[in-house]
Amino acid sequence: MILNVRGLTKKFGTNTAVDDASFALEKPQMIGIIGRSGAGKSTVLRMINRMTDATNGVVEFEARNILALKGREKRAWQADCAMIFQQFNLIPRLDVMTNVLMGRLIDHSAVGSILRLFTRDERLAALAALDRLGIADHAMKRAEALSGGQQQRVAIARALVQDPKMILADEPIASLDPMNAQIVMEALRNIHEQDGRTVIANLHTLDTARTYCDRVIGMRDGAIVFDGPSEQLTEDTAREIYGAGEEFNEAATSTSINAIQDTTQQLVAVG
Amino acid sequence: MSETLATANMAAQYEIMERRRRVYTGLLLILLLVMLIGGVRIAEEANSGSILSGLPKILDYPSDILSQAYTRGWGFWLIPFEVQHADNGIQHTYFYYLIETINMAVVATIFGFAFGAVISILASRNLVKNQMIVWVTRRFTDISRAFPEIVIALFLIFIFGKNPIAAVAAIAFHTTGALSKMFSEVNENADMKAWEGLEASGASWIQKIWFGIIPQVWPNWISYGLLRFEINVRASAILGFVGAGGLGQQFKTFVDWKFGADIASIILILILTIVTIDILSTWARRRFIGKVAH
Repeated sequence: MILNVRGLTKKFGTNTAVDDASFALEKPQMIGIIGRSGAGKSTVLRMINRMTDATNGVVEFEARNILALKGREKRAWQADCAMIFQQFNLIPRLDVMTNVLMGRLIDHSAVGSILRLFTRDERLAALAALDRLGIADHAMKRAEALSGGQQQRVAIARALVQDPKMILADEPIASLDPMNAQIVMEALRNIHEQDGRTVIANLHTLDTARTYCDRVIGMRDGAIVFDGPSEQLTEDTAREIYGAGEEFNEAATSTSINAIQDTTQQLVAVG
Repeated sequence: MSETLATANMAAQYEIMERRRRVYTGLLLILLLVMLIGGVRIAEEANSGSILSGLPKILDYPSDILSQAYTRGWGFWLIPFEVQHADNGIQHTYFYYLIETINMAVVATIFGFAFGAVISILASRNLVKNQMIVWVTRRFTDISRAFPEIVIALFLIFIFGKNPIAAVAAIAFHTTGALSKMFSEVNENADMKAWEGLEASGASWIQKIWFGIIPQVWPNWISYGLLRFEINVRASAILGFVGAGGLGQQFKTFVDWKFGADIASIILILILTIVTIDILSTWARRRFIGKVAH
């Protein structure tokens, strides 16, 4: 058992954001968590990474109780469990290389990192990660000068230099156009397949989850309502996850270029 | 049916909130009006008539000073660069004293900036988890702002004697309070995305501050620091009046002795200096802020 999540619950006041969520991973997988906004997808990832404290429940990674970690051990876990965000969360005014090297902060003291005493190996690893994602040419530019798709690849490169056991991606393509969304999802799939790392991605589109993930977890109002191989995800199940009625159309939640064209044509036909 | 009820309920709630907001705004306006009227009346009572009777004499003193300056002819323009009244114990040129005044302001601003930067971080709610630390730090900055420089300077002059150290310490203390307040407001408006990105990869608190916050806020810090420097030049000139050295101290002496030409000369170089610093710092601030705003 790699990851074991049991009864994970998060309450904000009287509002329950995540309600008794349980799932387990036997081997490295690429998992897509789907559901509409506010379903609790982000909170699940943030609790696993320990950015948000859980109200209740257990998270075990390789038989270690993650939720009990404190101080340096907690930070070491965060480095092992890289996170990618919808808004990229880079340091806009610093250059791309420095941004990628931020993934190595855990190995450096406060003074060492302020003086940017990164080793030659770390710099090479950062460049290799950028090269793998096809953006090594931009290494010297300020992060804010890059396009959204490029910034998200910088964020993935930062995750890679952390040499993480797992990558959590919170809506990694929600701010990107279809072309860049495809590049980013393919990069994540590639990291899963070639490095054998577990990738858990929050997605709000069904077809992305179907295309790139081995397994899909559907969440609705904080609870897990579906957990299974992506092939088993029928339109009825999807309707239940999204709480939609008969008018539900899978293409409407799609980001792929074809699907958008289909929807547009339908809209034109209707109009 | 239940949904329309819920909507109606929500609309009513919103209405209540909106009404409350309007009442608060109204109360605030009334309060401000009362304070304004009260302030004007108190000032009137304190002066009771002396303003009107004093009006005809208002130009006597300036014309006295200017006529004394006029009698010096072209030599007036050289006053700042030659030692005046050596027989009365004045050792340096006014230009030298001006540099001393600016120097006091520079040193005080640098110290105030450094302490203010550190304290502002501890006073920012978004950067410190323990809100007790934030509260205590904020109260400290409130206290350090509450004392005007001149009060602290008078107090320190009792301890250190009449020298620039007292003025520098007094200005630095007040500057720390003022800048930490402004800096912490900048910090609290910082975009926390970079911070979260760093946190999620295991960065320590100092690393999150240094890489996630400082790159965003420092142009604004510099801008406020320059503005404060401008204010501090004025403050260090004024503190000279209570004996803390620099041009202000000489000025006080000549006002007492009624040396009109020297008074006019010092006023002139103070004005020129402050205008110059104002122009320079405005230019510098634009450059720094411009970088942030693209």
